[in-house]
Amino acid sequence: MSATMIAPQVPAPSEPAKRRSLAAMARSGLRELWSDKAGFVGLLLVVIFVLVALFAPLLAPHDPSAQVLADRLSPPFWEHGGSMRHILGTDQLGRDIFSRIMYGSRVSLLVGVSVVLIAGAVGTTVGVISGYFGGRIDGFIMRVVDTQGAFPGLLLALLILAAVGPSVHTVIIVLCLDGWLMYARVARGTVLSLREMPYVEAAELVGCRSLRVMVRHVAPNMTSPILTVAVLEFARIILAEAVLSFLGLGVQPPQMSWGLEIAEGQDYVYSAWWLVTFPGIAIAVTVLGVNMFASWLRVAADPQEREKRFAATAGTLGGGSI
Amino acid sequence: MGRYLVQRIGQGLIVIIGVVTVVFVVTRVVGDPAKVMLPLTSTAAQRKAFDHQLGLDKPLIVQYFDFWKGILHGDFGESYVRKQPALHVALDYLPATLELVFVGMAVAFVLAVTIGVIAALRPGRLLDRAVTFVSLIGLSVPQFWLGLLLIILFGVKLGWFPVSGRDGATAIVLPAITLAAPTTGRTAMVVRSSMIDELNKQYVLTAEAKGLSAWRRIGVHTLRNALAPAVTLFGWDLVRALAGFDVVVEVVFGWTGIGHLAYDSILGQDFTELQAIVILVAILVVVINICMDMVYRLIDPRVKVGA
Repeated sequence: MSATMIAPQVPAPSEPAKRRSLAAMARSGLRELWSDKAGFVGLLLVVIFVLVALFAPLLAPHDPSAQVLADRLSPPFWEHGGSMRHILGTDQLGRDIFSRIMYGSRVSLLVGVSVVLIAGAVGTTVGVISGYFGGRIDGFIMRVVDTQGAFPGLLLALLILAAVGPSVHTVIIVLCLDGWLMYARVARGTVLSLREMPYVEAAELVGCRSLRVMVRHVAPNMTSPILTVAVLEFARIILAEAVLSFLGLGVQPPQMSWGLEIAEGQDYVYSAWWLVTFPGIAIAVTVLGVNMFASWLRVAADPQEREKRFAATAGTLGGGSI
Repeated sequence: MGRYLVQRIGQGLIVIIGVVTVVFVVTRVVGDPAKVMLPLTSTAAQRKAFDHQLGLDKPLIVQYFDFWKGILHGDFGESYVRKQPALHVALDYLPATLELVFVGMAVAFVLAVTIGVIAALRPGRLLDRAVTFVSLIGLSVPQFWLGLLLIILFGVKLGWFPVSGRDGATAIVLPAITLAAPTTGRTAMVVRSSMIDELNKQYVLTAEAKGLSAWRRIGVHTLRNALAPAVTLFGWDLVRALAGFDVVVEVVFGWTGIGHLAYDSILGQDFTELQAIVILVAILVVVINICMDMVYRLIDPRVKVGA
């Protein structure tokens, strides 16, 4: 606290950080990440996931919708009757499961990124306004957030999807309707604490307009908490899309989604375990990767947590709540 | 306490009004009941008659008040598929869901506390890392997929438990474990981190110096203080499970609860039933939230009532 007492002369402490070149920041970030193996593995998994999703048409060994009925339900290569042609086997229509999983990642990425961007932008803006202006506006916004927070979100999502008709777009909209709350809460909390900072008071005293204070002085210091929420939400959204598609209310058949693959393979649990197993592993590994990266990010982005970490139990994984 | 309770009930009513309004908007304004409930071959005249029968030809605002009038009289309309009052059907299916959610959450709580405490005793050691990793997996694995794997392994291959339905006492084992998995992971991590913080405090050292047994020190003194954040999070998950997250578990295991009913109603385009379910669950969630808040305030004297 004593350090901040002399801070008023400095307009914004984030200023020198910005001047450091991006490359240098990335390098030091990566070095730190390397010291936390779990976080590093997490990031690696996320990078692989994104690359596979982007370049699926180049990487996939087969056309994911090509049906070879003679090869239907052939097991993965290590099982009796499997072949290296289809390393993870084929489904009930003889389609290559490995290729379908690669293509399935695209919907997860699309839905995850869209929802995080839209819900994140809306939620953060609302939260900043709420926290910065306070008073009645804050009271009203927080009442709305609390009220919606007590809604049975998933059931309402199912109702909306059933009424409007399922598609990738509806899934994105429905998940956004539910997803902005988290950002609004976190953004508001952060702004409330930032407002008390001497440099924000100083900027106001000097005569900066509210918009300038918010954009120049408050917003840059919110990046890390919001980023952490965004990464965690990304994991949650991937799972939610899979659930909706599994229930038949998400992505529709000619399109591919991991949840949908599992739903279609469900009828074959007794005879062909690989149909449901591999898409599930794809979801689990991706979400696990995102979560591992998030638990590193949460600690690395929070100065207090960093202190704890480097002082005492170095090397433990994440160490906190998810 | 009394004033706070009144305030909380007021907030709860706002939530219920909000949910009812959203349900109304979604089913009457965004969706077209005649289009989804009548067969595609229906004529314009048939649709008109259908609209008239349900009062859908009246102005929206009149419909909205009619909707409320029905709800306040406990009349949620008739299930389109089952030809019975929608609320009755929903209430018939509710006990099975409550059974699954409460058993599942009890399993989650006991597991999470045990795992979290074990991990916290030796932070950074192998056991801690293993436990943390398993918790992380628990909350990363999609529930419906975990359910299917359990069915393949314990139902089909080993034949220990029934794979579907609610017959016999062992039928609940697999669905309860599936429902418990993410909650266990999340809560265990919170228990772990708040236990570590708590174990580093002075009073633990005092207790040790006084010669209290490890069991008393950890089990009574520390755990009690460390549980508060875990209980909050846990309550949240309990509500989330009721508010729709058990749908997928019930569907996978053929557990005939309200979540399964919701799923069937969606497939059968039975919107009357679906809206009864959503509103019933919303009321249930509000009531549980208020109860948990009260209990929490009684347990932890540090939380000031009304603060």
